[in-house]
Amino acid sequence: MSLQQSTTTTTGAGVAGPEAATAVGLAGSMEPPKRRRFGRQREQLSWRKTLKRDWQLYALVALPLLFFAIFRYLPMLGNIIAFRRFRPGGSIFGEEWVGLRYVEMFLTDPTFWAVFGNTLAIGSLTLLFCFPLPIILALLLNEVRSRYFKKFVQTISYLPHFLSIVIIAGMLMQLLSLEGTVNQIVRAVGGDAVPFLQLPEWFRTVYVSSEVWQTVGWGTILYLAALTNVDTALYEAARIDGANRWQQTWHVTLTGIRPTMVTLLILNIGAFLSVGFEKVLLLYNPLTYPTADVISTYLYRVGLEANNFSYAAAIGMFEAIIGLTLILSANAISRRTVGTSLW
Amino acid sequence: MNTLILLGVVGVTLYPFVNIIAQSFSGESFIRAGEVNLWPKGFNTTTYQLVLSDSLFWTNYRNTVVYTVVATAIAMVLTTCYAYVLSKRKLRGRNVLIGIAVFTMFFNGGLIPNYVLISSLGLTNSLWAIVLPNAISVFNLLVMKSFFENLPEELDEAAQIDGLSTFGILFRIVLPLSKAVMATMVLFYAVAFWNSWFQAFLYMDRADLFPVTVYLRNLIAGASTAASSGGGTDLAQVASNIQSVTMVLTVLPILCLYPFVQRHFVSGIMLGSVKG
Repeated sequence: MSLQQSTTTTTGAGVAGPEAATAVGLAGSMEPPKRRRFGRQREQLSWRKTLKRDWQLYALVALPLLFFAIFRYLPMLGNIIAFRRFRPGGSIFGEEWVGLRYVEMFLTDPTFWAVFGNTLAIGSLTLLFCFPLPIILALLLNEVRSRYFKKFVQTISYLPHFLSIVIIAGMLMQLLSLEGTVNQIVRAVGGDAVPFLQLPEWFRTVYVSSEVWQTVGWGTILYLAALTNVDTALYEAARIDGANRWQQTWHVTLTGIRPTMVTLLILNIGAFLSVGFEKVLLLYNPLTYPTADVISTYLYRVGLEANNFSYAAAIGMFEAIIGLTLILSANAISRRTVGTSLW
Repeated sequence: MNTLILLGVVGVTLYPFVNIIAQSFSGESFIRAGEVNLWPKGFNTTTYQLVLSDSLFWTNYRNTVVYTVVATAIAMVLTTCYAYVLSKRKLRGRNVLIGIAVFTMFFNGGLIPNYVLISSLGLTNSLWAIVLPNAISVFNLLVMKSFFENLPEELDEAAQIDGLSTFGILFRIVLPLSKAVMATMVLFYAVAFWNSWFQAFLYMDRADLFPVTVYLRNLIAGASTAASSGGGTDLAQVASNIQSVTMVLTVLPILCLYPFVQRHFVSGIMLGSVKG
């Protein structure tokens, strides 16, 4: 059967019975207008009708599909240079096969494992702080009685989300400079000024706290929406059952927003390895490489500063595959355990 | 207690803004002495005059405006077309079209293949290197799609009976009803393009083509190299004054618009989260 199917999909001649015909029909639906001759009989007829009725709709997606093909899917295929020798200026798919040479190269590269560790460390710290803090802030906002005060706090706390990462980096450099506000506080409590951005031991703190500053307020939006949907009758029922304030929060509020929490957790886990590349690139310097250098910045230097395109592509592909695996497994686990999933 | 914590949050959020504004109006010597926090010291506007008299700053600022306008316009056209088609529940192949878009949210080609592609397409040092690779944001696409899906289907049917073509329905019926979501999408795209820097940093090497974010990045990078190489504190300090001014001028449009459009952003996010 599998043999027959593969023949039909490659030749397009629907000669292999009903099951194969369905398979071809599915394959045909991948690219609506052009492939219609691949399907036989019923499929063909209805495609013709569909096309006649909806050709204008299909025409509308032509340009967007071209965009996805060129700027999203072509680069995915371009990852093949991870297994091929690449000559700048040559074909984007490289010149000749070299097998797993570049994969072996990064697996035995100590710097790669160092930056891998840094990525995990920064990723986990970010998750540890940037996931729960919006929930806490949303709970605090939810308790506010005055509508105006609530609006005011919301408006202010969303603001950092709209800043360019370059501005964030600039602000950090001013605040953390030897004469900046943070060091004034350090001096005021009797300490010595610390050159925060030059010391590897401070990088993660700086990174994570600025991430908190920028994302926490905006992160409350979905929780606040979920909170307004929690049935108020549940609180009364809990009060009658003798639940105090904390127990109400724990059993009613947090249960009510659990689907939102799980969804955002999955998304956060999916973004785990793609540690804010641009921010690290702007904030790190050779002095802080020992803790600040992450996979994406390393492959940036290897690829675009040292022109090792294939090697960097191999690292990049590894990162992308782990990211995809993470999000798929987080999604599968949450579907099984709590019944919430992204799709 | 609750109120105090929230006031603390507001304070911490606002402080960096206040600080750069104060520095932008301050004399260099006061910043160097670490005396400028909430309020300018040695008030002057000479730094503003200095930055504003730099012709490169103006060129780059104008570039940002041009890039943002062009990129947003193109992104809106492509996103609207695709989202409208995706909102047709009965369309054949719809799920495949959705899949094609959503998959790119979770898996992408990565930096190197993208770089190779853009260079081999000959897009370096052109506006298209910034505009084309980000012409559709899948998140925005899904927001728009769920908005279109919520429009009553009867409208469509009535319009078809009246003899309107698909394009007619889109332009005469759907778009006029979607002004709110369109405004939100324009804002989402415009802010993203206004703030972007890396694309330009990567694909442009002529200073007269940079957007203002790259101009700012180069100021900051220059200052931090001077600071980390030691001895160059003078240079770093002069720059810190200028840096603040440039930062203020770069965020100014966003800060001015923000109070009026903040509501739209939030409603956009909510719309995006209410998906199928």
